[in-house]
Amino acid sequence: MSAQQQAAAVPLDALPRIPVDKDGPVFREPWEAQAFAMTVKLHEGGLFTWPEWAAALSAEIDRAQAAGDPDLGDTYYQHWLKALEGLVVAKTDLSADRLLSRKEAWARAAERSPHGEPILLPEDERG
Amino acid sequence: MSGSHDHGHDHHDHDHEHPRLSELQLRVRALESLLVEKGLVDPAALDEFIDIYETKVGPRNGARVVARAWTDPAFLDWLRKDASAAIKSFGFEGRQGEHMVVVENTDKVHNLVVCTLCSCYPWPVLGLPPVWYKSSPYRSRAVIDPRGVLADFGTVLPDDVEIKVWDSTAEVRYLVLPQRPAGTETLSEDELADLVTRNSMIGVETVSYPARPAREAAE
Repeated sequence: MSAQQQAAAVPLDALPRIPVDKDGPVFREPWEAQAFAMTVKLHEGGLFTWPEWAAALSAEIDRAQAAGDPDLGDTYYQHWLKALEGLVVAKTDLSADRLLSRKEAWARAAERSPHGEPILLPEDERG
Repeated sequence: MSGSHDHGHDHHDHDHEHPRLSELQLRVRALESLLVEKGLVDPAALDEFIDIYETKVGPRNGARVVARAWTDPAFLDWLRKDASAAIKSFGFEGRQGEHMVVVENTDKVHNLVVCTLCSCYPWPVLGLPPVWYKSSPYRSRAVIDPRGVLADFGTVLPDDVEIKVWDSTAEVRYLVLPQRPAGTETLSEDELADLVTRNSMIGVETVSYPARPAREAAE
């Protein structure tokens, strides 16, 4: 199956209010596409079923709306990312703390990297 | 071979006002790097999948800017003088407020843009950075052997065309204004925009009419 067919096979209809055009999902920033791609690949790898994912995403959106998110569409992938992090923590041995410390390691790496150099994570910060 | 390397770098550190990675970008990187290390996702498969959506960030924005420049001399003039403002008039603006510069292809000059995988890609106009653009072979070869890189994309230019290589900086992002192909005099602005590929706005391809299918660099 080609990558194009794989993309077409993603059951987007099951997801609440995902931003799409006639050809599929649209993204406001590159990280949104990365979060989307990770979700599809984890699902294909069998970490969770698509209904499980749809439920996790819906629950996250409901929580955000209950907390006062105006839901103008621009926060959609923030909810997506939070739901994905939650599902990964629930389904793997990665903890929320591990995600947080890794995020801080990336922030330090970004701070250190001069412009024009790729931002890389040193081996000893992969704890 | 008349490749030259116009280097726009200055080494002032402006990044403190605009962190190179946002909070959300950091969270995505954290998650992705851990999942890759765990063997739960394959980074190559992820890149290949993301590449399908190359035109899906700010869809076709840059192409609309190019088509307008081809059909509206006043807009072209504005784009040459103040590309950031001209592009902003379409409502496309980077979150970091970076400065856009349009480099114009002519019969004598062809422009090519490079950068590395930091945040220096003008995604509000160009969409997602292609996988090859982020690769270090592309970046180093583009500077050393721009004609060779163009040839990988099937782009062969006459020997008397000068190739200028532009290295994006933290403050300046480049958009290549490709030449309008012959035979398109009767096309509408929308039809013209459909001809403009992402690769032509990076400078690895020219715009052809009729449009040719997208082509990836030979590995």
